[in-house]
Amino acid sequence: MTNGNSDRDVDLTLGQPARGEVARAEQAEGIGTCQEDASIYDELPDAPPKQGIRLSRIGWLATGIVAFWVIIAFVGPYIAPYHEAAFIEDDLAGNPIDDPTFMTPNEQTLLGTDYLGRDIFSRIIWGARTTIGISFAATTLAYVIGIILGIGTAVSGGWMDTIISRINDAILSFPSIMLGLIVIAAFGSSIPLLIVLAGIIYASSVFRIARALGQDIMVQDFVEAAKARGEGLWWIITREVLPNAAMPLATDFGLRLVFIILFISSLSFLGLGVQPPISDWGSMVRENLQGLGYGSIAPIMPAIAIATLTISINLIVDDISAQAGGGLAKKMV
Amino acid sequence: MTALFETRELKIEARPHGKPPIPIVKGVSFEVQPGQVVALIGESGSGKTTISLASLGYTKPGLYFSGGEALLNGKDMIALGPEDRRSMRGQNVAYLAQSAAATFNPALKIGEQVTESAVVHGFMQQGDATKRAEELYHALELPAPDRIGYRYPHQVSGGQLQRLMAAMALVSKPNLLVLDEPTTALDVTTQIEVLKAFKKVIREEGSAAIYVTHDLAVVAQIADHIVVLYGGEVMEQGSAEQIISHPGHSYTRRLMAAVRPAPTAGLGVATEGEHRRDVPALEVKDVMAGYGLNPDGTPMVTVLRDINVSIERGHVVGVIGESGCGKSTLARVMAGLLPAAEGEVILDGTELEAKLEDRKRDELRRVQFVFQMADTALNPKQYIGDIVGRPLEFYHGLKGRKKRERVAEILQMVELPTVFANRFPGELSGGQKQRINLARALAANPEVLLCDEVTSALDTIVGANVIKLLTNLRKETGVSFVFISHDLSTVASFADDIVVLYAGRVVEQGPTDEVLTPPFHPYTRLLITSVPELRVGWLEATMETREAAAGIARAVEMTAIGCPFYNRCPVAIDGTCDKVMPPIRVPSSGHEIACHRTLDELVEDQNKPQQVLHGYETVHPDEEDEKHK
Repeated sequence: MTNGNSDRDVDLTLGQPARGEVARAEQAEGIGTCQEDASIYDELPDAPPKQGIRLSRIGWLATGIVAFWVIIAFVGPYIAPYHEAAFIEDDLAGNPIDDPTFMTPNEQTLLGTDYLGRDIFSRIIWGARTTIGISFAATTLAYVIGIILGIGTAVSGGWMDTIISRINDAILSFPSIMLGLIVIAAFGSSIPLLIVLAGIIYASSVFRIARALGQDIMVQDFVEAAKARGEGLWWIITREVLPNAAMPLATDFGLRLVFIILFISSLSFLGLGVQPPISDWGSMVRENLQGLGYGSIAPIMPAIAIATLTISINLIVDDISAQAGGGLAKKMV
Repeated sequence: MTALFETRELKIEARPHGKPPIPIVKGVSFEVQPGQVVALIGESGSGKTTISLASLGYTKPGLYFSGGEALLNGKDMIALGPEDRRSMRGQNVAYLAQSAAATFNPALKIGEQVTESAVVHGFMQQGDATKRAEELYHALELPAPDRIGYRYPHQVSGGQLQRLMAAMALVSKPNLLVLDEPTTALDVTTQIEVLKAFKKVIREEGSAAIYVTHDLAVVAQIADHIVVLYGGEVMEQGSAEQIISHPGHSYTRRLMAAVRPAPTAGLGVATEGEHRRDVPALEVKDVMAGYGLNPDGTPMVTVLRDINVSIERGHVVGVIGESGCGKSTLARVMAGLLPAAEGEVILDGTELEAKLEDRKRDELRRVQFVFQMADTALNPKQYIGDIVGRPLEFYHGLKGRKKRERVAEILQMVELPTVFANRFPGELSGGQKQRINLARALAANPEVLLCDEVTSALDTIVGANVIKLLTNLRKETGVSFVFISHDLSTVASFADDIVVLYAGRVVEQGPTDEVLTPPFHPYTRLLITSVPELRVGWLEATMETREAAAGIARAVEMTAIGCPFYNRCPVAIDGTCDKVMPPIRVPSSGHEIACHRTLDELVEDQNKPQQVLHGYETVHPDEEDEKHK
């Protein structure tokens, strides 16, 4: 009976480097009726080899743009032609300029000047650090708070869950800008306050997601297996739940970052965010609004900077979630 | 006669990124004549589902047609444009997936979903479609055909849902029906009911069908023509009669050998000698358990009542019963995952705390639970080495090199290559994952291993290998097993003792031999007669038996009073069985039967299985050959 199948064995070896070993083990054991063809036990490669995340071309472009802004955030102050607070008073030849405000782009100021006569190009470069820095710090804070509480309540459940969830609902029920206005009105605006504020406000939505993910994972058999083994909460959270929630949470991180950039920009736009003379993309749009009347591009440029960053992050997130979704669809087939 | 559906040299391949294409289907040709049922049979990975999907002109993501034709009514489904293909799909061919539960949308009424495709494709008005659906409900012998369409999917049983899915496929009168393992996930009793309905409706509708399965015994009941597949090639094809009685190819013979033998006794082997001790390894006493919690501490839904089971050291105890009988609940009570409301769980003479959190780590180690679905029981983000290594570290304090060496040993024990330690569960096949699942439990070095349906999700050959592995393991380790399954023949082939559970009660228990030959309790008998046999015509013969008439197609109901099996029992005594708890009869030491009928009556009843019993007098539980407990 063996000879009939031996030629086919070759076809069954796909992606199973360890087959020979298995077959030997099997033969040594002498597996009843299936003995004559040990390859059966290999069960064919119904498990696909794992794949890393592959970005599409647009995904790569978006990654490039994000990377560009991150680099600018780091090195910006060293490469910017002017300080963010510097007024342009003289042209390249050293002659005083009559009206340095809302100048059109020229070789001295690549993107023109703002309402006070500061170089837009330099301010955007300086502003990358503030904008990206604040929003990244705030998002990270939101994640730390949201995940610890979210996964923690999902794992422990009971009254802890109820109390924290209801407090969270209360925070969620405030419009975020309103909440921001109240807090800033009480404490005055400063960068640390902005970070903490945005962090806490957005932690409530992260909490929601983390808790939902956690609850999903908690009912899986492998968590039950860990419980049956007698594992403690810490192990279950860090080893069983978090690794499985990491991918969706990472996808959400990108989105949350965008929301926070826009939130900080909105606050700045209202004059409550980053205070002058520190440049920040959101406040730059606001300060220069009057320039629209003169046909100046001053308010457009920081807006474009915000748009490129947020759209790029979204594109990357889309790419990642499309891949995760593809895997999900495959599982369902 | 021209074929309704025909594949000619069909080739399908997978195209992994940056690697040469892998052929999955390698030139398969077969025909389906109008009105004919063709079975595609083979183990997992043989390409049977892939080929059946070609009749819809569909491939799973990552697979591509690379050659050949799939002609439906003379049109090549592969070459058709998307629009034409879609209209062919609605009209001429319908697909029935394996899991009805996953196919139905829980938020919509059944009727809407059954008629949806016909209405959406514009073949029928809603009214006509609903009428047609009702006819089909009749034909499929569903209860209350005029009302069942207004229910939601969760309000009907699994077997009914499977039949409703057939109605969904048949509503637009397709010429060809593709059935993908429609009964694999069902209990034996439900399987009979579904098979019978399918067979009838296919005959009445005159539609042809492609029936995909790995179970030869099922195929023998329903197919006219059988195509045996292996590794994407046709090994053999011919009429059902011919393949079943005179298999030509060695692979077909092997498939037949892997068909579970009819449940007979004498297969269990008790381990003697060193592992034997007087105290049972695990004992469950007067356990009552359920889900939810009333304010007074009793469960809201009581699943298990008065359970007394003891597991001897080194024995394999099979727990059988249909789904919903409380088999898994019993295992969960033993493991402490579900604290019992009343009663005791005794491990090696010491009583265990009901709750998991209160049990000592060493007590946890000694009772290990093997979950049913290896897919979900293994953390997809942990390496196999970590999964198997964790119990070693947790219970035995092994670290570093020692741990790795022990992991390698355990992997060898479950007959897997040691390099698997560096893989993730997602890179393993179903059977391999199940072995890892076992390996993790073994790593704890347990005394009792609770195996919950560990072979149910695997196909015949892979499942047989896992059983073989378990048999070897118990010889080597002397571990006691609790083996839960709804598959009687698997249990019979490997258990020393059998516990038959019905609706949360033990209806019969004892040594395998005595429980099965002859089967005393009517429920045990129903289970045994429901296991499909590898011969043509078995289905019809079985349906005519009394057990089938009385017991199949009824749902398990939990009752607090009387015998739970009363409403399905062919020998029930009105006024007694539904009112009074059945007494426990002990034909021999260790063998217990809970039934109002005396042993003599039960024996007599076995000898004339085709007659309907009515003449027995009411029997009271104080006659001489019984022991009331």
